[in-house]
Amino acid sequence: MQKFKSNQKLYIGAFITGIMLLLALTGTVFTPYDPNAMDTTAKFGSISLKHIMGCDNFGRDIFSRVLAGLSTTMSVAMGTVLIGIFFGTLIGAFTGYFGGMPDEILMRINDAVLAFPSLLLALVFISIMGPGKFNVTIALGILFIPGFARIMRGEFLRCKNLDYVQSARLMGASDLRIMFVHILPNTLQVMLSTVAIGFNNAVLAEAGMSFLGIGVQPPDSSLGRMLSEAQTYLFIKPGYAIVTGMTIALLILGFAMLSEGLEKNA
Amino acid sequence: MLDVIDLNIEFHDHLTPETVVYDFDLHLEEGEIVGIVGESGSGKSMSALAIAGLLSRKQMKKRGQIIFDGVDLLTCSRNILRKYQGKDISMVFQEPMTSLNPVKKIGWQVGESLRIHTELKEEEIHDRVIKMMEDVELQNPEELYDKYPHELSGGMRQRVMIAAALITEPKILIADEPTTALDVTVQAQILKLLKRINEQRGTAILFISHDLSVVRKLCKRVLVMYKGRIVESGPVNEVFNAPTQEYTRKLIKAIPRMEKLSI
Repeated sequence: MQKFKSNQKLYIGAFITGIMLLLALTGTVFTPYDPNAMDTTAKFGSISLKHIMGCDNFGRDIFSRVLAGLSTTMSVAMGTVLIGIFFGTLIGAFTGYFGGMPDEILMRINDAVLAFPSLLLALVFISIMGPGKFNVTIALGILFIPGFARIMRGEFLRCKNLDYVQSARLMGASDLRIMFVHILPNTLQVMLSTVAIGFNNAVLAEAGMSFLGIGVQPPDSSLGRMLSEAQTYLFIKPGYAIVTGMTIALLILGFAMLSEGLEKNA
Repeated sequence: MLDVIDLNIEFHDHLTPETVVYDFDLHLEEGEIVGIVGESGSGKSMSALAIAGLLSRKQMKKRGQIIFDGVDLLTCSRNILRKYQGKDISMVFQEPMTSLNPVKKIGWQVGESLRIHTELKEEEIHDRVIKMMEDVELQNPEELYDKYPHELSGGMRQRVMIAAALITEPKILIADEPTTALDVTVQAQILKLLKRINEQRGTAILFISHDLSVVRKLCKRVLVMYKGRIVESGPVNEVFNAPTQEYTRKLIKAIPRMEKLSI
């Protein structure tokens, strides 16, 4: 408990992330206006009681769009991390635990994937599968597998020769049981902070791809997409870019602090 | 019951193969306590690990036979070996601090062998675990059941390890220096416990130690190992009173005695 008290980063990070998560959840069920409803009379409408963040070039309520965009971005990031950590853990567990030839082969494939800039690979995937929220999640998820696999492999490698694993083997536990019942819970600490960092990278990657126009497609709103729209009107309506940019920055900051806090706590 | 015949263990993970155990022979009767003594690196732990089936099969070569129940544990498949591991042959390690899984509760770890080898329900396992924990003289087993290893002292953890090893009522318990990491009083308690278990349950114990005074107290027969070979073996009294080998004599001379201390 003492450690928790002095760990301010964990608290602040959890606080920011919590608020963001709450906003994103709100965005999925309720927004003050329809995020896609245009109101030509309110084009570039300034901040008012009706539109607390003003309106964009089509007269859409920016606050509603931020909420909806946040939930899109978060769900893409979560899906990405889930795919990455699930397959990453599976691959890491088998390669780290068994070693030998399959380990060599899979890890060299891993190296090859890691050697490419991830945005370039994402581009390739998207041009094969076509853009859209779902495809972006899958493309990014696949890209995230090697990184997670590498870390989880290290953890399984570290644990497999420890005394308590030997003792489990001696009890006649099967390899699968040793891997997932005895070793996996011991990797949780590392896994959690990796997931937090991975989530950040996923948010940035999604925002970057949407910014370039290969990510989430209109009419779905996403923070990256909004940022790229706002860029055109930077001098007419700077508030648009600032609000979306700040949202992304806060989201990243919250998760970065959370993961640092978790690591410190380890 | 257990026969080890001409066991040779060779390491192949360096350029030149290295033999660590030569022609190891052992016969273990039911309910017997046999000690293996020797200095560090004499091959006693290696032999024990081989009997327990814990030596990984890749970088080392093993020759000979380890026959238990008519099955050669050295050559049988991993699946067959696993049926014996934890059920008929159990092991207690030297380091009680690291042999327990830090993220699992004590009760869960003691009952793990039952979960692997039997179809018992969780409540039945709970009851057996509590009974076993009482049997190894752990206080407040109900309370301990939900504790984590870091909340226990070294002596308690070693008792937990013994409980976990004995819960399936194995025929052989291999104890690889089970008291080395413990202080002297706790050491004596653990030895007493092992002796009582041997008498009450008839579990044969293969006791590995570098401490001759301990082996003398506990075992009926003893093997002395040096540089991978058995140099002397026989009933404890004979080996200790009339050692035939120079090495054994040196080992016995190395036992610290109170009267020699001049403080």
